[in-house]
Amino acid sequence: MEFLKKYPKIFQWLFLLIVFFALCFAIDVPETYKFIRGQAEFVKDPNQSSYIFLGKEVRYYAFDVFWRLPPLLGWLPIWINDSLFFLMNEWMPMEFWNEDTQEFKTRPIVLQISRNLTAFMTFLIELIREILLGGLETIVAFTSWDWIDANPWAELPGLPWTIVAAGFAILAYKLSGIGLALFAGLTMVYISIFGQWKPSMQTLSFILVAAPLSFIFGLSLGIAAYKSKRVEKALYPILLVMQTMPQYAVLVPALVLFGVGDHAAVIITMVVAVPPMILLTLLGLRAIPPEVIEAGRMSGCNNWQLMSKVLIPTARRDILIGVNQVIMVCFSMAVISAFIGAKGLGFNLLLALNQLNIGLALEAGLCISLIAILLDKMSLAWANKQVDYFGNLNFFQRNKNLLFFSITVIIGILLSYFGSVYFKGGYNYLFEVPHNKGISTADFWNKGVDWIFDTFFVYIKAFNTWLIQEVLQPMRALYLRMPAVATLVLVVGAGYLIGGIRSALVVCGLTLFIALSPWWDRALVTAYMATFGVIVSCIIGFTVGTLCFQNKHSAKFMLGVCDIFQTFPSFVYLIPVMMLFGITDTSVLIAVIVYATIPATRYTIEGLRSVPAGLHDAATMSGVNKFQRLTKIEFPLAFPHMMLGINQTIVFALFMVIIGAFIGTEDLGQYILKALSDKNGAGIGLTLGICVAFIGLIFDNLIRTWVEKRKKHLGIA
Amino acid sequence: MSEAVIKCEAVYKIFGENAKKMLQDSNGNVDAKTFQENGCIVGVNNASFEVAKGEMLVVMGLSGSGKSTLLRCISRLTDATGGKIFIEGQDLLNLNNKELIELRRNKMGMVFQSFALLPHKTVVENIAFPLQIKGIKTEESINKAMEMVKLVGLDGRENYFPRELSGGQQQRVGIARSLAVEPDIWFLDEPFSALDPLIRKEMQDEFLRLQEKLQKTIMFITHDFDEALKLADRIAIMKDGIIEQLDTPANIVLNPATEYVRKFTEEVPREKVLLIEDVMDESISNNLGDIKVSKDEIIENVAEKILTQEKSVAVIDENNKTVGSINPTKIINTVFGGRKNGK
Repeated sequence: MEFLKKYPKIFQWLFLLIVFFALCFAIDVPETYKFIRGQAEFVKDPNQSSYIFLGKEVRYYAFDVFWRLPPLLGWLPIWINDSLFFLMNEWMPMEFWNEDTQEFKTRPIVLQISRNLTAFMTFLIELIREILLGGLETIVAFTSWDWIDANPWAELPGLPWTIVAAGFAILAYKLSGIGLALFAGLTMVYISIFGQWKPSMQTLSFILVAAPLSFIFGLSLGIAAYKSKRVEKALYPILLVMQTMPQYAVLVPALVLFGVGDHAAVIITMVVAVPPMILLTLLGLRAIPPEVIEAGRMSGCNNWQLMSKVLIPTARRDILIGVNQVIMVCFSMAVISAFIGAKGLGFNLLLALNQLNIGLALEAGLCISLIAILLDKMSLAWANKQVDYFGNLNFFQRNKNLLFFSITVIIGILLSYFGSVYFKGGYNYLFEVPHNKGISTADFWNKGVDWIFDTFFVYIKAFNTWLIQEVLQPMRALYLRMPAVATLVLVVGAGYLIGGIRSALVVCGLTLFIALSPWWDRALVTAYMATFGVIVSCIIGFTVGTLCFQNKHSAKFMLGVCDIFQTFPSFVYLIPVMMLFGITDTSVLIAVIVYATIPATRYTIEGLRSVPAGLHDAATMSGVNKFQRLTKIEFPLAFPHMMLGINQTIVFALFMVIIGAFIGTEDLGQYILKALSDKNGAGIGLTLGICVAFIGLIFDNLIRTWVEKRKKHLGIA
Repeated sequence: MSEAVIKCEAVYKIFGENAKKMLQDSNGNVDAKTFQENGCIVGVNNASFEVAKGEMLVVMGLSGSGKSTLLRCISRLTDATGGKIFIEGQDLLNLNNKELIELRRNKMGMVFQSFALLPHKTVVENIAFPLQIKGIKTEESINKAMEMVKLVGLDGRENYFPRELSGGQQQRVGIARSLAVEPDIWFLDEPFSALDPLIRKEMQDEFLRLQEKLQKTIMFITHDFDEALKLADRIAIMKDGIIEQLDTPANIVLNPATEYVRKFTEEVPREKVLLIEDVMDESISNNLGDIKVSKDEIIENVAEKILTQEKSVAVIDENNKTVGSINPTKIINTVFGGRKNGK
């Protein structure tokens, strides 16, 4: 009793758990209940109940309300779908001039806007693609096919790969120095001689369009939010949901609005990449010392001068880190948007995975990861680069990089001309190494995978079976055994205990949305997979982080490893696990664990590092040993930061679980994947995405609230 | 004192949502406590004063006393809640945005405690910044900025970035930047507070040298009473937004208006602050010693000379005319004497 009086919170938590378990035992599983596989929910079945809302019929299996809530929001996906359809095909028809048929045509305005946007995006992508690879489309866009037929010489020639490679190396040299320049050069040479040039340049052209557009939009919206509280308030919930929304889920509505192709991929990428850019812009602008702003005002700046000459340059670093984020998201999306027909490495990767050609997938994955790392390092170097003073340099010093580039352009053109003579009749390898005509290691990898399978099949299979039968299945059954009411009580109670009534209400709303959607069971499966991944990731991450922290060099090394791993597009993680474990739940979970361990490790190290050095010394002088210092000083102080790591771990795990649907799982992700090929899938995809985002937001809200309180309590807010 | 360059009439600055309404309701009788209960914080409470051309007014107060807020009202970085502020006869609070920017571009310069330099510009570019904002051509502005670089003694470092300079050097850049547009009015917000004591003294001397040359109208904010005494023509002492006393350094030391002001003056070495003029007798007796002292001398400098005399000593003005006398006992009383018998 004494104990409980001392720690009243423990008593409250115990009480909550008792109520939760009591509810679990009190509410029996209905006899008719079974976890429904496949699409059975949408097949007519005499056992189903139904209701009609807003003219939409919703069918569902009715259970005791305590066991499963009826899907009162079941009309929402259908309604979203119908609304989208209405917008695209019926709303506000107008007369538009049609260039091709030379007449006025009646079209709904949204459709027309979407088509114009599409045309514009396609033009931009084609332009850059043809600068890199050569082609006709850009010229045609300004003239016509007839004109091209009459003037067959008018074709953008494309840059020889040597020039692009040298250009990257020179740019990298300018930004960071010889090391990065070497890396850039070697990456490009690798891509070229392994025959991945064309898809790589397609991906690059996609990124070179998506990233700048996302940057411009993100920066403008960030500035708008900085200037007006109202804009910020309006943007905030969208930003929050977008941060936890799986990128998959946005694909489906985009498919409906913009069709299939690179342009749709660019638009979707912008939707995903703009929120982090807004957040970082806002962060950077907020961090400017007020005196700098006052100094600008006292210098007589008007609003425009203040923004362009004082605020943005001062917040430069954060803004450029936003650019870095944008580029990373673009890479991730370059793969995912292959689902809606974006060309390039992502498409090849997906195709190879589909054919279970691990070797090819690995090559494409390696290429995309290398380019991602390269652009990541280059943009970070740009962010950290201090401005140089050029005033006292002469013309040559100022423009030497440009001069070098001009020289390489000439050499590159000469080389490719020389190549065209030398490789007469064959492929001009000095201009472009054609796809599949370079060196390929695919066979080697495929044989390796076969060898691993042949040799270790028994062990892998045994491990697989054990994991699935002894751990995963029981855990899954436990999650599904929870009555909806008990889950609700647990989550809302936790919200109340952590953050008071406000938190409880927020969490309750989020949970109710999922519970009232038709996919509560699937959400439980998602949650179980994510939970398993998060627990294992946190154990590994905390251990590795703590061990690495003991030594300065290993800590730095580990952070570097985390940086590189984080740069890989999430899809790439599926390649090695499929290589080892084939198409099973285990594969997905291992990918989840690897992916989600990154933030857990990173935040552990950063949290431990953030403990002030003074405290360190004070502890040492009080005569603690290393272990005591860790448990008594460092862990308690670093814990709030580590909790933020757990928060990130949850988001990462959820993302990967959803992507894992590609391998085949039974969670929400699988439905999202299905919605992609369903012509009425937009509403379903979007609602599912929101469900996943809400799972993330529930934990996000609880953890953030707790961390803020704890930090305030410790005085390190 | 000639005409007033800065003139404040009953200036109030109150933070909070319905500050304006509460101020109106209070009829100028602002009580910080009742305002705080209603969610308003009083920054400046009924400040009225004038600053004459070429005068240096030092506003002294501890942190939270409202001195920086007062300065920001006068530079209109924040809008005063009530009262009137005139800059060279112009009603500051009624200026529109364009006129305000014009005023700042031509008449005002300001120096900040944390230097507030632009990190992406070099020393000379920082100094040229207000000129370029005004629309002056790059070359011309850089030339002008180079003059300023010389004025504050940073020649040879003009192409450094702020991050490469020490605190004292950074503040020299800040000072040069504020002077680049040749303003008539110069605001300094605790310019030396972030510096080490030795550098601070050096910068104060430098500042006095500059002021002798430039003769600007200055409002100088500090929390350091010694600094205020050293620099000021007049000192305003602020507490909780109220100006407790506004007077010459000598008068503040000799006649503290409130208990709060007295506390500051207690530790002050008077012989370093007071002039002979401040302590002399106006009456001229005939029984005077052999030497004469100027009325503008600081006591410390002539005390020894006076104390060697038995009799009172004649005090003369700049025209060598005797304007009073001073008794050695008076010097002893002033230097060692009780705080009780003040004079």
